[in-house]
Amino acid sequence: MTDAIERALREAAHSLPADPPPDLDTEAAAAASLIDVAYARHDTPVGTLVLAATARGLVRVSYADDEGAVAATLAQLARGVSPRVLAAPRRLDEARRELDEYFAGARRRFELRVDWRLTHGFGRRILRSTARIPYGSVSTYAQVAAEAGSPRGFRAAGNALGSNPLPIIVPCHRVLRAGGALGGYTGGTGRKLALLTIEGFEA
Amino acid sequence: MDLPPFQALLDAEGRDVHRFLVATVGRGDAEDCYQETWLAALRAYPRLRDASNLRAWILTVAHRKAIDHVRARSRRATPVADVPEAPVPPTLPDGVPEIWTHVRALPAKQRTAIALRTVADLAYADIARVMGTSEEAARRNVHEALKRLRTEYDR
Repeated sequence: MTDAIERALREAAHSLPADPPPDLDTEAAAAASLIDVAYARHDTPVGTLVLAATARGLVRVSYADDEGAVAATLAQLARGVSPRVLAAPRRLDEARRELDEYFAGARRRFELRVDWRLTHGFGRRILRSTARIPYGSVSTYAQVAAEAGSPRGFRAAGNALGSNPLPIIVPCHRVLRAGGALGGYTGGTGRKLALLTIEGFEA
Repeated sequence: MDLPPFQALLDAEGRDVHRFLVATVGRGDAEDCYQETWLAALRAYPRLRDASNLRAWILTVAHRKAIDHVRARSRRATPVADVPEAPVPPTLPDGVPEIWTHVRALPAKQRTAIALRTVADLAYADIARVMGTSEEAARRNVHEALKRLRTEYDR
């Protein structure tokens, strides 16, 4: 029963509010504890990052090379933490400030709270021991495996570091192959080298 | 069951939810209803069992907020008891097509049904779902709305 009046309505509907919808009041949502995962995009010298935090702390950092990568990160958070994932940049202010200071060479240690819930078991132990590698120095897969209580688990250590949910903050870029070869990195070896260079390490 | 990140739902449906509310409660009140709709949706989201039709779900929430809003407004505005479905006076500002002034004067059920049909482009089954009626009633509401608009608009 599409007739002139229905067509007119549909055409009118398309021009209804020409303006985009209002922004969601994320401050009100946060005040009512309705945001389980707040995220923001943040530009850095090694590319745009997606930063995500829960009430416990920073839970995810990922390289946002394209919209597909962003969507994959948000889907992972929806599955692994809660589907109440919302863009709420102000909730990431502290993380953004510390990262800016780090990239400016003015910060050698991150002080923000971290939520480890996307890590488990042996992988978590590997990442925690990686988090203790000091700024400007490096370690090896075998060493972090030994620190985590499993000297022969260097291959598993490589896997755990490869799926590090908090790159940069948990400095998996400071873990190299025995003999000094760069090894892999979640964001690509170019970024690994860039981060090590910022920290004054010469490969 | 995997629900998509809430932000993805907001990005996908925010615009149509807003347009639906402008069509049903008017531009002036649409903003409040819009915020209330998404906050209520955010509250209920983790308990949602069925992710197969999130568009109908969010429009259902919006529809309920619009009804609450019209009720609250008629309670405030008139001493007459209980006028739950009083049409909102047409106050569309300039720049909004004239036809919507006629839509805004329709009885609430017809107004909602025609807005869901033409603004949100829903199938009758989904209009029924949003309004909690039979599919037949949804068809009838749209049909009645069009009939009334035809006589008023063509005048």
